Amino acid sequence: MPGLGASFGRGGATNFLEDLANSDCIVIEGSNMAECHPVGFQWVGEAKARGAKIVHIDPRFTRTSAIADLHVPLRIGTDIAFLGGLIKYVLDNELYFKDYVVAYTNAAALVGEDFVDSEDLGGLFSGFDPENRVYDEDSWQYEPEEPPHSGSEDPAEAAEQDQLDDHVDVKKSDRAEAAGSGGPPIPSKPKRDETLQHPRSVFQILKRHFARYTPEMVSEVCGIEPAVFEQVAKWVTENSNRDRTTAWVYSVGWTQHSVGAQYIRTCSILQTLLGNIGRPGGGILALRGHASIQGSTDVPTLFNLLPGYLPMPHALQHQSLDEYVADAAGKAGFWGNKRAYMVSLLKSWWGDAATAENDFCFDYLPKINGDHSSYRTITDMIKGKVSGYFLVGENPGVGHPNSRMNRFGLANLDWLVVRDLQMIESATFWKEGPEHETGELSPASIGTEVFFMPAATHVEKEGTFTQTQRVLQWRDKAVEPPDDARSDLWFYFHLGRILRERLKDSTDPRDRPLLDLTWDYPVHGETQDPDAEAVLREINGTGPDGRALSSYMQMKDDGSTTGGCWIYCGVYADEVNQAARRKPAEEQGAVASEWGWAWPLNRRMLYNRASADPDGKPWSERKKYVWWDEDAGEWTGLDVPDFEKNKRPDYVPPEGAQAQDALAGNDPFVMQGDGKAWLFAPAGVVDGPLPTHYEPAESVVENAFYKQQANPTLEMIEGPWNRANPTRSDVYPFQVTTYRLTEHHTAGGMSRTLPYLAELQPEFFVEVSPELARLRGLTNGEYATLVSARTAVEAKVLVTERVRPIKLRDGTVVHQIGMPYHWSYAGISTGDAANDLLGIVMDPNTHIQESKASTCDIVAGRRPRGPELLEFVESYRRRAGVESGRVGVNGRDPVAADAGEGSTL
Amino acid sequence: MTISSASPAFTGRDPHNRLFGPLPDVQGEAGYEEEHPKRVGFFTDTSVCIGCKACEVACKEWNTLPMDDSHGVRDALGLSGMSYDNTGQLGANSWRHVAFIEQSRTVDLPMPTFGRPGDDRQGSGPSPAEAGDDVSLANAQQSVLNAEALSEFDPQTGQSGADTQVRWLMSSDVCKHCTHAGCLDVCPTGALFRTEFGTVVVQGDICNGCGYCVASCPYGVIDQRKDDGRVFKCTMCYDRLTDGLQPACATACPTQSIQFGDLDELQARADARLATLQSQGVETARLYGRDENDGVGGAGAFFLLLDEPEVYGLPPDPVVTTRDLPAMWKAAGKAAVMMVGVAVTAFLGSRKR
Repeated sequence: MPGLGASFGRGGATNFLEDLANSDCIVIEGSNMAECHPVGFQWVGEAKARGAKIVHIDPRFTRTSAIADLHVPLRIGTDIAFLGGLIKYVLDNELYFKDYVVAYTNAAALVGEDFVDSEDLGGLFSGFDPENRVYDEDSWQYEPEEPPHSGSEDPAEAAEQDQLDDHVDVKKSDRAEAAGSGGPPIPSKPKRDETLQHPRSVFQILKRHFARYTPEMVSEVCGIEPAVFEQVAKWVTENSNRDRTTAWVYSVGWTQHSVGAQYIRTCSILQTLLGNIGRPGGGILALRGHASIQGSTDVPTLFNLLPGYLPMPHALQHQSLDEYVADAAGKAGFWGNKRAYMVSLLKSWWGDAATAENDFCFDYLPKINGDHSSYRTITDMIKGKVSGYFLVGENPGVGHPNSRMNRFGLANLDWLVVRDLQMIESATFWKEGPEHETGELSPASIGTEVFFMPAATHVEKEGTFTQTQRVLQWRDKAVEPPDDARSDLWFYFHLGRILRERLKDSTDPRDRPLLDLTWDYPVHGETQDPDAEAVLREINGTGPDGRALSSYMQMKDDGSTTGGCWIYCGVYADEVNQAARRKPAEEQGAVASEWGWAWPLNRRMLYNRASADPDGKPWSERKKYVWWDEDAGEWTGLDVPDFEKNKRPDYVPPEGAQAQDALAGNDPFVMQGDGKAWLFAPAGVVDGPLPTHYEPAESVVENAFYKQQANPTLEMIEGPWNRANPTRSDVYPFQVTTYRLTEHHTAGGMSRTLPYLAELQPEFFVEVSPELARLRGLTNGEYATLVSARTAVEAKVLVTERVRPIKLRDGTVVHQIGMPYHWSYAGISTGDAANDLLGIVMDPNTHIQESKASTCDIVAGRRPRGPELLEFVESYRRRAGVESGRVGVNGRDPVAADAGEGSTL
Repeated sequence: MTISSASPAFTGRDPHNRLFGPLPDVQGEAGYEEEHPKRVGFFTDTSVCIGCKACEVACKEWNTLPMDDSHGVRDALGLSGMSYDNTGQLGANSWRHVAFIEQSRTVDLPMPTFGRPGDDRQGSGPSPAEAGDDVSLANAQQSVLNAEALSEFDPQTGQSGADTQVRWLMSSDVCKHCTHAGCLDVCPTGALFRTEFGTVVVQGDICNGCGYCVASCPYGVIDQRKDDGRVFKCTMCYDRLTDGLQPACATACPTQSIQFGDLDELQARADARLATLQSQGVETARLYGRDENDGVGGAGAFFLLLDEPEVYGLPPDPVVTTRDLPAMWKAAGKAAVMMVGVAVTAFLGSRKR
């Protein structure tokens, strides 16, 4: 979550769901909270019961809108324009929280003279490299307070790292994600102008940048009435001050865009200006869609991260531990201790084998050398570059955009391991996928050997979930899994055990990383399940005495401590499984600090030092949360302070101070190199230091703000299986957005097979407005066919006034189609896969696909069958001037069709 | 003690036999001893329903009901085309049914909001420090319809060239557990009975599938399972109640739209809620099934609706089908006497001849 990470220092929701009850206004934007997070939605209800205004901003009128005070039906893909308008409104009317902005943000920081804003370059920032479609961020830097790198212990090393930063392979490897817990590294603290008047101050740059985001412009771009915008602006600003706070809630309605990270950045700027970060009832809640999605980035399943948001070493940059930590060494903020976190991690993994002499086995870590993200890997599969693949609780043949292309990828492997609860489409595509009918996949020639391993469900295994608000909750095993179903922990532990067993006599140095691993978890029960608590304790880390650590502040870089994920340090403090705590709400305060355990250090609200003024006093009695207790000489309050307990509010760092000691007593954003919330991001976001409105990659509308139509750095995958619909094409004239329903779970593996859920939404359907139904002759309850440059799918039609066409000022009518994506051919409730229709276009920060905005055509009736389908789609491509999408056998590029079966490895 | 249709109210041995009108002690009327538990019920506040259907799923899970389609056809599936409602109706296999009603009008439509009575929160509210004790669960139920929010301007206007506003009503329907239950009154086998909690339950092992109850329910709730013949309906989780648990649907509801509890307490809560709504100018809000003078003597499961009952598929003026039973028996008796008289007269007359 680089949008939040770059703004505040950590890529997680700043507040917790229960805290929404303290909000005076809640804006739900880019989220269908009532449908997709119904349990958490009770706190929105609670806030409403206390008198809060609830605003839902979404192209569709959903079950969330049904409960809101106000629904704003903006055009798909225009949130930056809307939020940018709010920023301008706040700046113009001087409604920002001045004391907060001056003290806690980088508004006063000066940006270097080389920076040129997108307003002056037609939508591009300075430093754009059109050839590689990446930015060189050098010109976005602060004007330094001191010469760059003077604080570093090894200036030469750091300078060299800086140069390598600009290498295109390094840029493409997505360092933005590494801002998950710890803001992006910056060379030094900036020069400041506390009056905010300097023309190169962030505050003045911000004013100029958003000058054209007027209510009229918002109205035109978003397709809403100016009065609606004014009403939202009024409610939000009236409820953002010393006494009142406004919360913003988003989820994948923001992230799944080619400018997704910048949507979140825009919101971060607004909420920072309003002084809503680090305060009760404020904040930005990133709702995460699955039980442990936050956990899956904390202890990551991402190619470019190690646990605790430590970046994965890069082959070009990081040949040694020293090189790896050079960017952080001696810097201000908690990233200054990166070496201690990394050494503890290496000690956790390789135990006694990791010594100071061998760089604590740093060489054992695999190094990345570019973008190895999910969709890029699928492309590589089709090209025969990947031999094997593990699919764990993922159904790319349904859930990934352009699922057809994903199935081609899977068809070109040597082996595929699928661990799931059900026999999902990604395990049966080779014999049952829709491409058999069209002749594109041929089971006889598919070389992929599929191993299906039944998985245990969450009640059949023990362990923790880390949910949307960073709280780890332990659960016990309720029942034994049936038959051969096993937990993931069981699977990977025994897989590792067997591999090590096989290699035990190996003298090949490349096998050392596997053989030297600490792989000695106690097992129990008939099935030899590893003890999940032992794993949690290892993640927590231990000190020189072998006892569990209680804080990552205790971690050392000399190899005397261990820790599998530094941000989780403390979850096993005092040798107690803190995640298993279940103290009822009635027996503790509203913050419920003794229910489970939250990272970091059980702090429920991040940056809560900002809930007090620079002197350490609460901004107001009504919104008091954490404050300085002069008598006790410590920070105290309702939550664990997200600040050093005994650092006085008037502390000023001495000359040459490093890491956290270099942050002042009024620097609440402790993970940032300058301790401030970033209105302007000199680093950490690869597509610009400030957000700008770009149209989605597939849009039917011209960008009204800039010459630059779409995000200049967006990532595309080229190939016959991923053709793009041209912008503003008459052939694909309608906007389409995908989403989930309460009744089903994502790609449907957990719901389409269950009778009680399947009957509630029994078939694939699309939602269209009565106007579009008339235009295209569609009938409620009958079939329609949707066509893109990828393929065509058929769905039942639900005609509803909840979907609205948008009328733009020039008279253009933008029709929008809603398309839930749960279905495919398996299970009880079936249908075509909505994701077959989508292409893969990605946000350059996160490699997340733009599944919330694309284009298509819709016609009445069912789609053609078999090879006729291919010709039908191809005829659309010809009309639209798109290259052919015909593929060779099993999805291979016709040119490469003779490359053989399976991978070429 | 199990009481069935052999209860005094049915057999007519009770001099106070009543099949209509208010009944303060429905269990006592059914023959339970005085120390029986209080009458329980459901208050379904549709203004806070988010249509998640967790109630439907929890009900089917707990009661192991088969799936069916929107026409009540068992094990069949298909899109109904009626908004997000693919359940269609209450039936033998669906004991909770969430209705989805999409409305669009050119007039102001108040949207449901939550809020404490009289608290528009322009000055102060609780700080987080005191939040826990100050705002109780009950307060969360004191919802208001915020008419002001939408009367100021119309957020939906002009988007499609039509001055329409959209409102999406959701309501979880269920068996009403009537004070005077037609189904219970007509059951010839004693399969239907009044429980000690005042609810009405079918005993599957006694039901002979005659189907009289199906025709006698003024709401069309109780239904025969096609391939089985017996009738099924909501039991208000009788098995859970006897174990001190709440019904499955109420437990699953994330917004407390479905509230379970002692009926008198729920009624008081509902009255307060309605008063709040009316003070906010929401004239369309009403309670349904709350009035003990209505045709079924008031329902054990009653509702707060935001529109006419017909909009939700509910009968506007349900009357227990056995209301006129005494009169009918009286009339039938008279007729019988008369016929006997005629026959006797005829017989005697013929003898005379």
